[in-house]
Amino acid sequence: VVETLSRFKKHILIFFAVLGPGFITAMVDNDSGGIYTYSQAGARWLYLPLWTLLPITVALIVTQEMCSRMGAVTGKGLSDLIREEFGLRMTFLIMILLVLANLTNIMAEFAGVATALGLFGVSKVISVPIAAVLAWFIAVKGNYRSVEKIFLFACVIYVAYIIAGILVKPDWKQAMIYSVKPRLMLDSGYITMLIAMVGTTIAPWMQFYLQAAVVEKGITPKDYKESRFEVIVGCFGTQIIAFFIIVACAGAYRDHPTDITDAAQAALALKPFSQWATPLFSAGLLNASIFAACILPLSTAYSVCEGMGFESGVGKRWREAPVFYWLYTLLIVVGAGVVILPNFPLVQMILLSQVLNGMLLPFIMIFMIILINRKSLMKEWTNPPSYNIVAWLTVVIVIGMTLALTGITIRNPG
Amino acid sequence: MAENFLYFTELLGLPVYDLKRRRIGRVRDAALVPLIHPSRIDRYLVGAGSSWLSVRFDQISTISLHGIELSNEKLYPYHSDEYMLRIQRDLLDQQIIDINGRKVVRVTDVSLQIKREEGEERQTLDVIEVDVGARSILRRLLQGAVPPRWIRLLQSPISPNSIRWDFCNIVEADPLRRLRLNISNEKLEQMHPADLADIVEELSPDDREAIFETIDSEVAAEALSEIDPKMQASILEALEPEVAADIVEEMSPDQAADALSELTDETTAEILEEMETEPVSEVKELLEFDEDTAGGMMNTEAIVLPDETTLAEAMVQLRAHEGLLESTHVLFLSGAGGRVTGSVPLARLFLADGDTQLKELAVERLISTTVDEKKDRVTELFDKYNLLALPVVDEEGALAGVITADDVISVLRRA
Repeated sequence: VVETLSRFKKHILIFFAVLGPGFITAMVDNDSGGIYTYSQAGARWLYLPLWTLLPITVALIVTQEMCSRMGAVTGKGLSDLIREEFGLRMTFLIMILLVLANLTNIMAEFAGVATALGLFGVSKVISVPIAAVLAWFIAVKGNYRSVEKIFLFACVIYVAYIIAGILVKPDWKQAMIYSVKPRLMLDSGYITMLIAMVGTTIAPWMQFYLQAAVVEKGITPKDYKESRFEVIVGCFGTQIIAFFIIVACAGAYRDHPTDITDAAQAALALKPFSQWATPLFSAGLLNASIFAACILPLSTAYSVCEGMGFESGVGKRWREAPVFYWLYTLLIVVGAGVVILPNFPLVQMILLSQVLNGMLLPFIMIFMIILINRKSLMKEWTNPPSYNIVAWLTVVIVIGMTLALTGITIRNPG
Repeated sequence: MAENFLYFTELLGLPVYDLKRRRIGRVRDAALVPLIHPSRIDRYLVGAGSSWLSVRFDQISTISLHGIELSNEKLYPYHSDEYMLRIQRDLLDQQIIDINGRKVVRVTDVSLQIKREEGEERQTLDVIEVDVGARSILRRLLQGAVPPRWIRLLQSPISPNSIRWDFCNIVEADPLRRLRLNISNEKLEQMHPADLADIVEELSPDDREAIFETIDSEVAAEALSEIDPKMQASILEALEPEVAADIVEEMSPDQAADALSELTDETTAEILEEMETEPVSEVKELLEFDEDTAGGMMNTEAIVLPDETTLAEAMVQLRAHEGLLESTHVLFLSGAGGRVTGSVPLARLFLADGDTQLKELAVERLISTTVDEKKDRVTELFDKYNLLALPVVDEEGALAGVITADDVISVLRRA
């Protein structure tokens, strides 16, 4: 018994040692775009879309697990591997798409900051520049370990959504039933909603970030078991948050399902239920937006510089890694700048980001499956055949869904 | 100038003509055979129809941007050859180590020099530089889409970023392939161990282990000491116990103990087994101490002399400890019963006469600590008393080891 106990203790210790990349990536997944989509789902369709969360969790686990495994076994980032195995032109194409898609994502994050602080009465002319400076400093001036601690703390703040969900006193019985009871309707609005939920959950940049973070953390195949467990816990965690966002909005709009146009509307709708629900919901949105605004530009700059062979790393000085720092800074400045501009077509930009993500994701996912099945790279850690079936199935469904979303977005802009 | 060199991107796709100036195909790749010549392109792989032909360097008469003209038509079909380092397949887009710039870089293109060999009527290509950065990226992106002359014009405003071929170290994890391609990691040994440590931290685990397996164990030990402890452990774990033992032996006992303490007990035992007897006992002793105490920080290598020794006698003794002296700043004095009674900064030895006793040179108040003192307290002592070295004593007051300022710096850096 003592031995099992000590072995258990050892696993727990290793788990905390590897904790970080998987959990953070999964959590950032609920960024401002994600929160808006889930709020929309709950406000318009109440509990009906809840059943999709479980399959989405599986898809998320499958994709993220592959990335973290590639990172642990090869010790290289995803853009490194794409460059080495698919050449410079393909890498260049992917990096261009990644920069554009992520830039529009960053705009969405800063827009989220503006919305969340707007609910507390802070003008975006003040909130957005402060958030931008904060995002820039956290990543550039901190080292990996301290930044990771800040990010892990940010993960904890997501609990705000759980509390907000409970305060609204939704119909838990219905929530439970619809979580496991698939409900399909041939309503174009409903189907679009389901697709959007998948589309916002699995974004191309996450794969780059996760794999890079696993490498940076120095996770090896030896402690991979714990790392995989971390990915699974993180994916469930993020979907639990999603569940509470949907449930909170479903509770708030129980009598009059509404098409909401931004997350602020959802936050305000919680007001009649508890004076704390609205601030909690906005605090969650603020946290998620700043969190993603820190990670996205940094992850983009790393991916591009690694793929194209430029010096990169926050440990280097500006002079040593100019492309890295310029790209990183420009992404933040442009991403935050356009949000402050009056009359900037932000909604169109966010739709564009969805289209770009949709174009990029098939490439990334197919590359991932090809890479992870290369014996020369992965040795005994390639996908087992049964896992490959699940992986391909996930890829095909996710790509199908994303392409459908892209198609819908292009056909009915706005 | 522009005429006597060729980029690899330009060589690719260049037409190859036979003696009657009939085009037989286009260049698909080129290869060095490093065992024969370190930089001369030995084979040109020419795509003709669906198969590839192999052209040897001595079958070529001229090479230019317009094409390659052969002097001999006895060509053989290409078959995969393990002694070839193919530029397109094995070098382009891969990581290599830039010895001079002390960093890991990714190869984008290769610059080749067109040479006329003395006394021969033929032209050959020599690898002179590996190109990285924006200029070579532009070439790669436009290659085949825009005529080479235009590309040369377009790239001219961008400043070049290249590494001389002599300063390139190819990273190869497979030992057999290293042998066949004549890849030695000898050049890495010329670098400062701290730079080498930074470089290996950037490589993949396999490449990292390959480097530690091949370089001189003394250099390996110094570089390993500079690496993050967690990575140290994963490297030592991956190496054969004998190789790991050779490296650990060369490390100073405190650093060896630090590295080993991160490993599983099983691996540590295996490595200790393979080590020579002398360092083992010291390392084993140090392993007993908790990492977060003075015992875990200290080094057992120190010079201790009886406090009544005269300066002249001391100098004789010190000359006998030449190796140790290099990293020593302070001597320790022992009195009755082996207790530490004082410390003498080396500099004070220069100012006294030969018959002065060492105890007269000792600093006024001896600052020491015990093996179980907490790490934070130790760093406090260094800060408060501006120490270079702090003696650590056991229960009997005898010297157990010494903590030096560099140990404290690494503790602080890690915090």
